Amino acid sequence: MILHSAGEDALIAYLGEETSPAVSARVQAAAVAVQAALGDDLIDLVPSYASLLIIYDPLLTDHLSVAHRVREAIANSGNESTSEGRVVTLPAYYDVEVGEDLPALAERAGLSTDEVIALHSGTDYRVYAIGFAPGFAYLGQVDERIAAPRLATPRQKVPRGAVAIADRQTAIYPAVSPGGWNLIGRCPVRMFDPDADPIMPVSVGDIVRFAPIERDEYLAMGGEL
Amino acid sequence: MSLKVTQPGLLSLLQDKGRYGKHQIGLTNGGPLDPAAAQLCNRLLGNTANATVIEASFGGLQLEVLNDTFICVTGAQMPLKINNKDAARYAVHPVFAGDQLSLEFAEAGCRAYLGVADGFQIVQSFGSSATVVREHIGGLKGEKLDVGDVLNCPEVNQRRLFFINPESQPRYHDTVTVRVIPGYQQQHFSRLQQRRFFSHRYTVSDRCDRMGYRLEGPAITCDLEGILSEGICHGAIQIPADGQPIVLMNDRQTIGGYPKIGAALSLDTAALAQLTPGGTVHFTPVTPHAAHNALHLAASVTRRQRLLERPA
Repeated sequence: MILHSAGEDALIAYLGEETSPAVSARVQAAAVAVQAALGDDLIDLVPSYASLLIIYDPLLTDHLSVAHRVREAIANSGNESTSEGRVVTLPAYYDVEVGEDLPALAERAGLSTDEVIALHSGTDYRVYAIGFAPGFAYLGQVDERIAAPRLATPRQKVPRGAVAIADRQTAIYPAVSPGGWNLIGRCPVRMFDPDADPIMPVSVGDIVRFAPIERDEYLAMGGEL
Repeated sequence: MSLKVTQPGLLSLLQDKGRYGKHQIGLTNGGPLDPAAAQLCNRLLGNTANATVIEASFGGLQLEVLNDTFICVTGAQMPLKINNKDAARYAVHPVFAGDQLSLEFAEAGCRAYLGVADGFQIVQSFGSSATVVREHIGGLKGEKLDVGDVLNCPEVNQRRLFFINPESQPRYHDTVTVRVIPGYQQQHFSRLQQRRFFSHRYTVSDRCDRMGYRLEGPAITCDLEGILSEGICHGAIQIPADGQPIVLMNDRQTIGGYPKIGAALSLDTAALAQLTPGGTVHFTPVTPHAAHNALHLAASVTRRQRLLERPA
């Protein structure tokens, strides 16, 4: 574990260097341990692929005390078995009608669109991070064969529910927003609903599985075109 | 029981202290870009520290008073007019139903705060009224103020008329020194690059908003092209591929994949937010220890700030 200053009220702990379930599990375990160790001095945590940003109240404590407690907490959390993430199945309607980049992505990969869909829905994804926008969950890793770079020109408007790929990550857009990811389908489940409990169907560490659905199922589940 | 927006100005937003502890669902902080100015506004009014105020950027805000209350304006030097007559900033004024309030365009600084007795009554989202337009959260339906918006506030008939002297009010300059705690990917910037960053002046570009202030000056290069996306704290200074620093502010994305050289002190991001495009920024490195001292000192100065009172 490497601990760096981030800012006047923040430290960042690096728990590995690559995107992997093992590193992500260490981040999860560290988050739990740091939360318990800092108590009310803690303001927020941002777990991500291989790091944990720790934001504390700089008028209640200081960086030396926080660094000390964080090191100790993470060292002691190392061997604890972490709870396995839940498996969350999310329906996805894959079609050029809602996934404009599906044909281009298939052509680039030298696959049929059905093969792309099979590869995308046949992989279990881990929620590595949540950020960028409210409810935006970074899922990985996408099968290398269908990994695709971001669009050269981002779209001004990506619809809510868009299922998309960027490099070896995939995500569901929680709200209408600009975006440069490759669109391959649409999910009728809302990823961020302030009135729902829980607000998000997934959290960091969960496993997401996409279940292909047909157009009429998508519409019946409240999906919009 | 309210104030009505007759002219929203360039950008007027309802803000309390901000939204904290919600990064894990991707929510940013929001809140006033100049927290000390917002806090002083509430203190002069005898409000709680988290009462909701309006942050007016650049100016041009006009309001009609619909019920008797008290108001106060702090922050950027935007002349305040009540029924077209000049009124002092940093002073509590009684206002009455039918009065017209106007915050003119800023003569110095960029962000002013207008508060009312007991604060604006805004339904909280995720524990805060702070408006973050990018997220469509907080304020009135997550949007900036618009013509015809009605801002609820209670009718108040008694308040002590606190003020502070002009010489105690903050002044706004065209040049700001921003103290930076080196951190994050700092060791991936060579000593030459770090020296370049800390010894040259940067100019505030016209791409500056509540998410981040993009600066222009000598390009800084990093050994790393990109990094695994990681959490971004307030004030973090990103160096994208073009080498032009971006200081990340209250409405920043919570995670991102650009290398960062460190983070600015919140006291100085507040000063930065009072600059307009063309303003000059100079970075200077400080230790976390010095940063904490500065924070405690500022908190102590705020606590000891004497309020004067004029008779009602």
